[in-house]
Amino acid sequence: MSTTVEVSHLTKRFRGVTAVDDVSFTLQEGAIHGLLGRNGAGKTTLMQLLTGQEFATSGEISVLGSSPVENAAVLRNVCFIKESQKYPEDFKVKHVLKSAPWFFANWSQDFADSLVKDFDLPLDRKVKKLSRGQLSAVGVIVGLASRAPLTFFDEPYLGLDAVARHTFYDRLLADYAEHPRTVVLSTHLIDEVSNLLERVLVIDRGRILMDDTADALRATAVTVVGQHAGVEEFARNREVLARESIGGIASVTIAGLTDTERSQATAAGLELSPVSLQQLIVRRTGPMDATTEHTKENVA
Amino acid sequence: MDDGRPIFLQVAEQIENEVIEGSMPEGAQVPSINALAAFHRINPATALKGVTMLVDTGVLYKQRGIGMFVAAGARERLMAARRDNFRAEYIRPLLNEAAKLGINPVQLSDLIGKELQQ
Repeated sequence: MSTTVEVSHLTKRFRGVTAVDDVSFTLQEGAIHGLLGRNGAGKTTLMQLLTGQEFATSGEISVLGSSPVENAAVLRNVCFIKESQKYPEDFKVKHVLKSAPWFFANWSQDFADSLVKDFDLPLDRKVKKLSRGQLSAVGVIVGLASRAPLTFFDEPYLGLDAVARHTFYDRLLADYAEHPRTVVLSTHLIDEVSNLLERVLVIDRGRILMDDTADALRATAVTVVGQHAGVEEFARNREVLARESIGGIASVTIAGLTDTERSQATAAGLELSPVSLQQLIVRRTGPMDATTEHTKENVA
Repeated sequence: MDDGRPIFLQVAEQIENEVIEGSMPEGAQVPSINALAAFHRINPATALKGVTMLVDTGVLYKQRGIGMFVAAGARERLMAARRDNFRAEYIRPLLNEAAKLGINPVQLSDLIGKELQQ
């Protein structure tokens, strides 16, 4: 598989804080990647490094074959949509869309126009007068219509309602199918996007915690529920990601079970339930003492 | 799509179901990868993986440049495979649950008989 991005031993230190800590990974050309992790894990810093907006403290970055720093040939093929993009004072929406093609080699005006209709965006309104959701829509439109071979969306939909988010997912998938490109989607709404992702990178405290296909990660964990003693017996000597109990019932999330082990558990009267990508990441990156923490994401 | 199970398996199963139920008869063209991806809101690579699995197992066949079609005899083969799994997937769990609730085999077969009469 060819790679669009290759990073080796990349470190970024700010005064006293190591935001990115000796990470190495590649991004696969033409795949949609999820860059997931908690607040402050280093996602945005990583994307800033990959788009030449920050200088690395040490390590190597290759984007589309060369260093992205001050490299116009690379950057016109890279689009980075940030959560809090600043626009010039007095810019109207139409000015944003008019200037975007100056920066992106593959910009599609037709696609941008149709997205403006989809998101019902007022072209003549000043950007600073837009609602939070409309501002996010501007970013989403620029990111999609740029058709950049490497596109980053950093938490692109703050304030976008569920309908608009699904419009974004639908347009992204449809356009990606027609014009394959490498996409990196960083978000906290993991359940919403997990089916869109081909590969997943999870970053935790500046380090890469998981780097795999979404399908492989989906199969890595399982929750075992049953009588306390039986569950504990089964969980012994296995890697336990989370543990909860209510009365005599215990629930334990275990990493990696073979088919035989699954049948053993069922035969022992235990119930197995799947762990979604979001639950897996919560368990991997959350505090380990979550003994009685019944997180709301299970209900939602 | 439910969580936890690989999505490509679910895509494949859904196409299998349509073949078994007859809404996708033998010889019929299967939706394109991009159409499947858009419909299920999933990554096209995942949809491709599901369809490729069905090509490998002989449920679908590929006609280069035209698309994917349901293979002759696919329905019968799928039904035979599902029948093989019927015991493990339906009968065993049914008996386990019945045992848990204290329903004995005679009562269970009574229940099945009554349900069939309705």
